[in-house]
Amino acid sequence: MNATLNKPTSSTDVAQNGANRVNYVTPLANILESKDGYVLEAEMPGVNKDGLEVIVENGELTIVGRRAVAENRGREVYRESRAFDYRRAFELDPSIDTTKITAKIDQGVLTLHLPKAEAVKPRKITVG
Amino acid sequence: MSIIRYQFPQVPNWSSSDRLASLRDEVNRLFDFSWPSRDSGLFSGWSPALDVFDDKDNLVVKVELPGLNKDEINISLDKGVLTVSGERKQEHESKEGESFRSERYFGKFHRSVTLPATVDSTKVSASYKDGILTVDLPKAEEAKPKQIAVNVA
Repeated sequence: MNATLNKPTSSTDVAQNGANRVNYVTPLANILESKDGYVLEAEMPGVNKDGLEVIVENGELTIVGRRAVAENRGREVYRESRAFDYRRAFELDPSIDTTKITAKIDQGVLTLHLPKAEAVKPRKITVG
Repeated sequence: MSIIRYQFPQVPNWSSSDRLASLRDEVNRLFDFSWPSRDSGLFSGWSPALDVFDDKDNLVVKVELPGLNKDEINISLDKGVLTVSGERKQEHESKEGESFRSERYFGKFHRSVTLPATVDSTKVSASYKDGILTVDLPKAEEAKPKQIAVNVA
């Protein structure tokens, strides 16, 4: 597999932030490749447009999702979800045109379209 | 492939007997498994995270269900057991293109929780926002905490 659009991360990422350790939840992701580019879907329930950050830097794509502040709903009786913010980094395939990446989030699912640069798209050359 | 939903160590309030019970159920189901049927929770199941909160007058149940349509979620309440179920369908054809990473769950899900207090089933309401289903269940009058005045004679 030559596409390097993934970087394995543990299920809970721990980023070193000065003296404070910050815990993150790694969102579940699907990546699909077509001839025009890649589609990345990541699950971030509780995150809306305002809490979303998509950073492209040094050939790496980082997605950060901050949960909309939930009002305190009383005492926790039972809890399975984790209240941490989401974070995950992916290594970008060099064929991706980083200026044309688009993102949308709908009901907690982030969808990124990562088109390939024109130069690397497969082209059919007809013999004249 | 993990057999049960992975429980993170920092999650409090998780009773280990539940976890053992669910593992036992999964193992039992494994022996029942036959190839043509894909109804088994072990092979097609998806267990979204569920939280229960209790303030004085209401119970609040939250379920993480990213990427569904409102009408794909069913909620029912029967004898103090709240059940949330539904199905997430794969939106796009995966025929064209190659899948590099496939971590998201598709298919049916089913979660049930026994509510820790009696609720007024006529006043239950639910909302779905940012991929989180929130069910508000007002407690029945008799389940609400009451202040009892002590009269000193």
